[in-house]
Amino acid sequence: MSELSELYQQVILDHNKKPRNFRKLETANHSAEGFNPLCGDQLTVYLNLEDDAVKEISFEGSGCAISKAAASMMTQAVKGKSKQEAERLFSEFHGMVTGELDEDTTANNLGNLKIFSGVREFPVRVKCASLPWHTMHAALNNQETTSTE
Amino acid sequence: MAAAEVSSVEESSPARSSEWDVERVRADFPVLRQTVNGKPLVYLDNAASSQVPQVVIDRGSIYLEDEHSNIHRGVHYLSQKATTAYEGAREKVKRFINAREAKECIFVRGATEGINLVMHGYGRKFIRQGDEIIISAMEHHANIVPWQMLCEEKGAILRVIPMNDAGELLQDEYNSLLNEKTKFVAFTHVSNALGTINPVREMIDQAHKYGVPVLIDGAQSAPHMPIDVQDLDCDFYAFSGHKMFAPTGSGIVYGKAELLEKMNPFQGGGDMIKSVTFEKTIYADLPNKFEAGTPAIASQIGLGAAIDYLNSIDRKKAAAHEHELLRYATERLKAIEGVRIIGTAREKTSVLSFVIDNIHPHDIGTILDQEGIAVRAGHHCAQPVMQRFNIPATARASFAFYNTKEEVDVLARTIEKVVEIFS
Repeated sequence: MSELSELYQQVILDHNKKPRNFRKLETANHSAEGFNPLCGDQLTVYLNLEDDAVKEISFEGSGCAISKAAASMMTQAVKGKSKQEAERLFSEFHGMVTGELDEDTTANNLGNLKIFSGVREFPVRVKCASLPWHTMHAALNNQETTSTE
Repeated sequence: MAAAEVSSVEESSPARSSEWDVERVRADFPVLRQTVNGKPLVYLDNAASSQVPQVVIDRGSIYLEDEHSNIHRGVHYLSQKATTAYEGAREKVKRFINAREAKECIFVRGATEGINLVMHGYGRKFIRQGDEIIISAMEHHANIVPWQMLCEEKGAILRVIPMNDAGELLQDEYNSLLNEKTKFVAFTHVSNALGTINPVREMIDQAHKYGVPVLIDGAQSAPHMPIDVQDLDCDFYAFSGHKMFAPTGSGIVYGKAELLEKMNPFQGGGDMIKSVTFEKTIYADLPNKFEAGTPAIASQIGLGAAIDYLNSIDRKKAAAHEHELLRYATERLKAIEGVRIIGTAREKTSVLSFVIDNIHPHDIGTILDQEGIAVRAGHHCAQPVMQRFNIPATARASFAFYNTKEEVDVLARTIEKVVEIFS
């Protein structure tokens, strides 16, 4: 069960149980909806973007523990960042979970998001972790919906 | 085309006697011998696709090694041999579902293609604006989307038979949906997400009172129960080979000859014509009219071999064994705190859909997989069923006659572990 405990770390289980910034954002000026047609996961990411910076971010929807925790921790990581910084985190996170970026040897800003590195041992679950990030990216770029397919 | 037995592996062996010998049956399925993540494979995803016995694999190999050629178009030895084997498989299908004639059994790549064939061939020719088509609330996408597409094209109206909380269709509601505007009815014999067995014969009778043709989606019933299309008096019946121990790419749509005759062809191409000029094409007779192009010859011959295999086992005992697995698994899972069974119809096949409080089915599926257990986690291509029960998805264990009680124990123990991890 070692790969499993790597995947379902306490921090992830905690964010799944008590997702942060889990609400509709009334002041949002950007939002996007993300779907994973494989499993039916669905979430909406709300952004309040001011002067190209993420002033507020929240999400709502339904999904597995991995997607919920990924969304929850994403909102914490992205809040207060510039659009450019948020996009760079997206690209680093995506690289890490798909195995294209080695978070231990390549410089990055992932910080505690590194706990999602275990996801790459579970190829069918990579999309669960990356869906919130794809959706945030879509919201930043004014696309209304996105999909992992 | 005359049917002929082409090799000894297609001959039925005498039915196996005494109690259901699950170990002996397991030995017929090579895939079951492997380990996954260091654990013996526990394959409980049979409703998605079942495993293939050695005799079916061997039949495919014999075809590819000794008989392969294109069918219906050669005077040479191999083409005749391939044609005989292919048409022999059609005869086996005919007997398997008790069709009047083999030409009523159209080879398709699965239930989905069969339903689409009827939608195009019958629906697009005969359904008009304002007509009503009835389906049920427990259909999977294959028996929803084609009819929606047809309704959109023709300006027809889709009506849906609702179900109760146990997952049983409401027969009174169905009867009140039927009226003189109803021009087609399509529903499933067995629900893939809930396991419910529908009272198809009575439902077909009701539709026939209005002279309405009925299509039955048999994807989930064919592996588990005898099918008699004449007794049911259904107008169309579609099923996939890969859910009944045959290779993917095999399947059947049965249709009453008089309906198939007056339908439009499905796809155009070779094999479905009598003659072609640039002015006019004359279509071939049944069944070739609906089988354009070179079909999945090896797969359909494999379907014939799978039917032989099913005939060689005691299907009553197999069904009783599956039912006992369902009963035992239901009892074990219900005893776990937080587990809720979705689909509790009185008449069920061996499909057990469940959810656990605050744990997403995908997380359940991943943890079970680590223990070598294959289940389906998701919406089962039946999103409206999920919406009906107000859940995003379920985990689903579906049993075949080669599964064991010990495997149910492994499942139950691992689900307890899932609950523990998330507690």
